[in-house]
Amino acid sequence: MLTRLRALGARLRAAFGRRDDDRDFEDELRSHLAMLIEDHVRRGMPLDEARRAASIRLGAVTALKERYREVQGLPLVDTVRQDIRHGLRALRRDAGLATFVILIVGIGVGASSTVFGTVHALLLRPLPFADPDRLVWIRNDTGAGLSGETVQVGHVLDFRERAGSFVDVAGYMAFYGAGDRTLTGAGEPERLTEVPVSGNFFSLLGIRPALGRLFTADESQWNGPRAVLLSHQLWTRRFASDPAIVGRSITLNQDAVSVVGVLPASFDFGAVFAPGTRVDLYAPFPLGPETNGWGNTTSLVGRLRPDATLSRAQAEASAIGGRLMREHPGRNRFRPVLSTLRDRVSGPVRSAVWLLAAAVGMVMFIVCANLSNLLLARSTSRQREMAIRAALGAGRRRQMQQVLTESLMLSSGGAVVGLLLTIAGTRFLAQLEAINIPLLAAVRLDATVLAFALAIATLTGVAIGLMPAFRVSALAPHRVLNDSARGTSEGPAHGWTRRVLVVSEIALACMLLAGAGLLLRSFTRVLDVDLGFQPESAVAIRIDPDARYATQDHRNAYFDDTLQRIRALPGVDAAGLTDTLPLGRNRSWGVSIPGKVFPPNDAPNAFVRVVSDGYVAAMGIPLIAGRDFAPSDTSSSAPVVVVNDTFARRMWPGEDPVGKTLRTDRPERRVVGVVRDVRHLALERDAGLEIYLPIRQTNDYPSVELVVRGSRSASDLASLIGSALTAVDAGRPVRDFRTLQALVDRSVSPRRFLVVLLGAFAGFALILAALGIYGVIWYAVKQRRQEIGIRLALGASPRGLQAGILLQTLRLVAAGVTIGFIAAWILGRLIRGLLFEVTPWDWATYAAVVVVLAIVAALAGYLPARQATRIDPLKALRAD
Amino acid sequence: MAPAQSDILQGTLDLMVLQTLEVMGPMHGYGLARRIEQISEDALRINQGTIYLCLVRLVQKGWIKAEWGTSENNRQAKFYSISKSGRRQLAAETRNWQRIAGTIGRLLQLGPRG
Repeated sequence: MLTRLRALGARLRAAFGRRDDDRDFEDELRSHLAMLIEDHVRRGMPLDEARRAASIRLGAVTALKERYREVQGLPLVDTVRQDIRHGLRALRRDAGLATFVILIVGIGVGASSTVFGTVHALLLRPLPFADPDRLVWIRNDTGAGLSGETVQVGHVLDFRERAGSFVDVAGYMAFYGAGDRTLTGAGEPERLTEVPVSGNFFSLLGIRPALGRLFTADESQWNGPRAVLLSHQLWTRRFASDPAIVGRSITLNQDAVSVVGVLPASFDFGAVFAPGTRVDLYAPFPLGPETNGWGNTTSLVGRLRPDATLSRAQAEASAIGGRLMREHPGRNRFRPVLSTLRDRVSGPVRSAVWLLAAAVGMVMFIVCANLSNLLLARSTSRQREMAIRAALGAGRRRQMQQVLTESLMLSSGGAVVGLLLTIAGTRFLAQLEAINIPLLAAVRLDATVLAFALAIATLTGVAIGLMPAFRVSALAPHRVLNDSARGTSEGPAHGWTRRVLVVSEIALACMLLAGAGLLLRSFTRVLDVDLGFQPESAVAIRIDPDARYATQDHRNAYFDDTLQRIRALPGVDAAGLTDTLPLGRNRSWGVSIPGKVFPPNDAPNAFVRVVSDGYVAAMGIPLIAGRDFAPSDTSSSAPVVVVNDTFARRMWPGEDPVGKTLRTDRPERRVVGVVRDVRHLALERDAGLEIYLPIRQTNDYPSVELVVRGSRSASDLASLIGSALTAVDAGRPVRDFRTLQALVDRSVSPRRFLVVLLGAFAGFALILAALGIYGVIWYAVKQRRQEIGIRLALGASPRGLQAGILLQTLRLVAAGVTIGFIAAWILGRLIRGLLFEVTPWDWATYAAVVVVLAIVAALAGYLPARQATRIDPLKALRAD
Repeated sequence: MAPAQSDILQGTLDLMVLQTLEVMGPMHGYGLARRIEQISEDALRINQGTIYLCLVRLVQKGWIKAEWGTSENNRQAKFYSISKSGRRQLAAETRNWQRIAGTIGRLLQLGPRG
């Protein structure tokens, strides 16, 4: 053992301190030779014969030195160094090719590592909580929308006590409003988002505060001491990471609230529970009779006991839900449905992310096939060099090693480019705050992604070098040296390999194009959806009346004043108020129609909007029948309601809905108008039942948004409105304008994200496939130079030759497209869930793919074909 | 790559070098080559250069030491001498060799005649 170690040490020293050693050995051999010659001469040989005899006796010095180096140093280190030096020289000769390969590998590695980073963050990496596998999402299955999926507080308390499968159950108030809190005091007033959470919420997730403490039981009581926890982001941004903030009080909505702690940077509520939103503050949500009166409010998370399984917990939960509903008929219904928190978070994006991963895998395959082909062609043109090296005694493994070293050098260059791209890519993805995809902010280049990138780069290097390496080592030197002297065409086997590679490239590109095409068609279909409102040229801003407007009359006066001022502004066409903008929060109420009976499980639930007069005009929602609300619809006038088209047709088919009555928050509201359906939940989902209540007749609005439609640009409108609002009330934030278009963009952002990425991959694949076709045809033409020359000399028409070559190209494409379509059809069925109003066998998409591929392929084949017909027969026959 | 048969040869050559150095004291490569040729009565005609591959291996293992010096003919040459661990190795190898030689010898005597 010791001996071996010592030998290894000596070898390592020798491997890296070469020169002296070499000279030393040369000296030694020289002295040996001299002594040998002396001996021979002494025995009477003439001097030059003695020299000859001596060198024979000693053996071939070069070979000896070679073997000496092998023994002396570490052969691998040594030969690799040699190969790298040689490779660098070879690559410098082919600088263009090397740059091309490095770029392609770089793009491939960058794309696949970025996508891997996304897969890792969204699907593989454990959620950023303690023991996240035991966390369970408890959804209420009592209707569409958030109102149907949340749980009433009374049920929460009872469930928590009875459910034996859970260590604990916690929740948050799901109807928090984005920007509900206004922070005043030092600096400009700012709207912040606060999520009320149950007292045990953070401890259940295993989140410890970075500073201070979590809420006390006292603070979690109704009317308990007011306390908030700050998000790390708010703390650093607004409070300059001041640790003294803990224990101080801040002013929220004109109330003093004390800051009890700061959460760690790793906790991002939005990323997990509300993708695409930023949460700044957390307040205690008291679980008691008062909040029980609010109806369905709470989203629940439970932590399973170590011995409990999801299915057993589900069985128990269902039983408890049933019993609770019987015991408390006065409460809302409670049908708990359990899923792992992971599923709830990643489930909606899982298929899209896997699709991206598959796509990038295909791209990577094309990259490898393409570069393998390219290097194969190059190795053919270097056959003679290799054959000479083999003839001079380079061993088979040594030759393979050299070819592989070259391809690995190329892929290492690609790895560097790829890593830079990955850094850029992951940064870019992580900052896409506006995109509705959970955990996207957690995408980053960590050790796992780095390892993946390096592994992919190495694999690519081996994959693209393997075929040329085998090729080279399989050569018999004498044959190559004989054959290529007359530029004979290559054997059928290798042409075949190349063709198979190109056909598979085309097939994969075809599949990717078809997939991207189907998603693109879905995307345009989604954008073409009739939203029911006009998102163009309208902006919105929060203008909640604060505590100073104590009574409904005060608030109504505030609304009147504001609307009047805004409508008087130049360029404003319409203005109105709403409690909820489309494609945001949703809530629904049960509605009944006097004189109609519905089955208990199918009682109508309608999305509720509380709006002012002018809202439908400001949104661009067409009024179908009756009238809009008027400023005179107040608490002292008759209760009225506006319904949507679907509501009117489902409740009163074939009748005039105007003048009918319905029952919801008031015993009786009379329908005064019917408006067009609005897609409130998502562009892809039908409107369902919608009702609009006049804002002056109810107090049930958590927030107020002002919507203004005007002929000016959004920024002009915003500054005009801002100054008008400041005139009404100086102490309010007037900066958070949103355009309605931004709401729509946000809502389609995941789909756009997928389409853009997949489209980019498909485009890249198409370019690579085109290059692949070009390479194969170009190479075939080059190999046939002499044959073509002879044909031309014998009178073949250039046109006919061109046609022949193009035909060859199209045969490749036809084969690729056939395979590709079968694969695309399978792919289409797999991603059916991602499609919208497009079938997986959408003929228009496939036709477009064929046309695109045919054009690109024809172009890729035409260039070398043109070259072929320009061959000068004389030159071609003489050359080589 | 070196052919597989060299393992035995290598071991034999190592042993010969060690034994020669042990008996004759420090020698240079040429001297060693001559000496081994003489002893083996040219049964082992190798390229003399091969001896250096053996020498560098033995140096690496620490069994012999090398030092530049002046030969009897006033020529610069590298002199090799056996080290302490080389002696130990030689002893072990000698025992081993004798045991194997004895075993093989007995085995061969058992041939068809026995």
